[in-house]
Amino acid sequence: MTERLRVAVLDYDAGNVRSAKRGFDAAGADASITGDPKVADRAQVLVVPGVGHFASCLAQLRRSGLERLLRSWIEAERPVFGICVGMQLLYEGSDEGDEPGLGLLAGRVERFPPEAIVPHLGWDVVHAAEGHEDDPLLHGVAGERLYFVHSYYAVPAAHEPVVGRCSYGGVDFPCLVRQGSVVGTQFHPEKSGIVGQRLLENWLAELT
Amino acid sequence: MDGLSVRVIPCLDVTGGRVVKGISFVDLRDAGDPVELARTYDREGADELCFLDITASSDAREIMLDVVERVADEVSIPFTVGGGMRSVEDARRMLHAGADRISFNTAAVERPELLAEAAAAVGSQSIVVAVDARRREPDDPAAGWEITVHGGRTRTGIDAVSWCARAEALGAGEILLTSMDRDGTKTGFDLDLLRTVTDAVGIPVVASGGAGTADHLADGALEGGASAVLAASIFHFGELRIRDVKRGMAARGLPVRMVPEAG
Repeated sequence: MTERLRVAVLDYDAGNVRSAKRGFDAAGADASITGDPKVADRAQVLVVPGVGHFASCLAQLRRSGLERLLRSWIEAERPVFGICVGMQLLYEGSDEGDEPGLGLLAGRVERFPPEAIVPHLGWDVVHAAEGHEDDPLLHGVAGERLYFVHSYYAVPAAHEPVVGRCSYGGVDFPCLVRQGSVVGTQFHPEKSGIVGQRLLENWLAELT
Repeated sequence: MDGLSVRVIPCLDVTGGRVVKGISFVDLRDAGDPVELARTYDREGADELCFLDITASSDAREIMLDVVERVADEVSIPFTVGGGMRSVEDARRMLHAGADRISFNTAAVERPELLAEAAAAVGSQSIVVAVDARRREPDDPAAGWEITVHGGRTRTGIDAVSWCARAEALGAGEILLTSMDRDGTKTGFDLDLLRTVTDAVGIPVVASGGAGTADHLADGALEGGASAVLAASIFHFGELRIRDVKRGMAARGLPVRMVPEAG
């Protein structure tokens, strides 16, 4: 049996860390929850859950010293997985507060139009973005429903990192992005049943 | 069918860490174990679960935290926890234990600012307001609905529709709307109530109270405008299987999430 990847789920009081740990464990990893940058740095994979407010998530990350860790991992091209606001943080900024994002991805995060029922809450269909139909992350995932809960969505300035997309409230937005060693999902793979587990398995398989 | 699916949510009443209403639809080792039931509903294709702590004394809070942790460790679908939530701290602890959303009921009616404080602390998307509504005149929807608290035992005189709008403005991210007139009757949701509320708010509304058939659930979405439909006994007693309910809803043209039959 192959060694299970050691995954650190970052606990910065802004995400469902317990479920993220369960999701990665179920997908075959050895996940633990930590808010200590030194402990997290010893893992092989970082998971950044994120629920709530974009700017408060960033502020919390900054306070806890985890933002610096995250930046150093991204620079060193070590594997990082951002979930929900954890994905949005990869962009340059958001309508939800003035804190700048990590800026790994070009684009900004905006609020759904007022006529949409917000949050976008529930199971919605993930489509392969044009040209990414063969991305291994999407095997057994494209065309399926995954669980979303968010009021803001990313408006990408570059389309290359967008692997999967979703449509809601009259907008088409990225829900699966990848740039170098970093992957982000707007949906919650850890809450998306067997399909979500498959996505995590697809990614972990690339890393081993 | 494309588009956001209508969520089907079984609701489990819990007291002292045990599910109270007997559950008889499958051969369960322990029909009172919330974790085993949650796992079963996850497998059956439930889109979400709702746990209602009906004891809600301070001891019960600790027991419920333990239940929430164990459920979070076992299921791969989201779940909401409600019953006796009184403070931002209650919400934080439940979310940290692994719940996805917290529902406030009586405490929010008594002190509406609680919703704003909770939304600021953990985000609107994690805050549900549970509204137990009762018709002022049983046969006249034009007379409106008032909210009741303490599990429906106390009438407040407060208009249910304006309360829903206010809860949204304060920061609630979802409304769990129960018709106390229809609860337990299996005669269908109060569609007048649902439609009036869904027309008045811009957040998702979960229909609850009265569903007895798959068509009732479909009506909640099609005629009532609900984003999700919740039921308890019809699922627990095996009268309806989640899968069959979803087939029925799909036949009415609603988008639903189907899961593969366990092999």
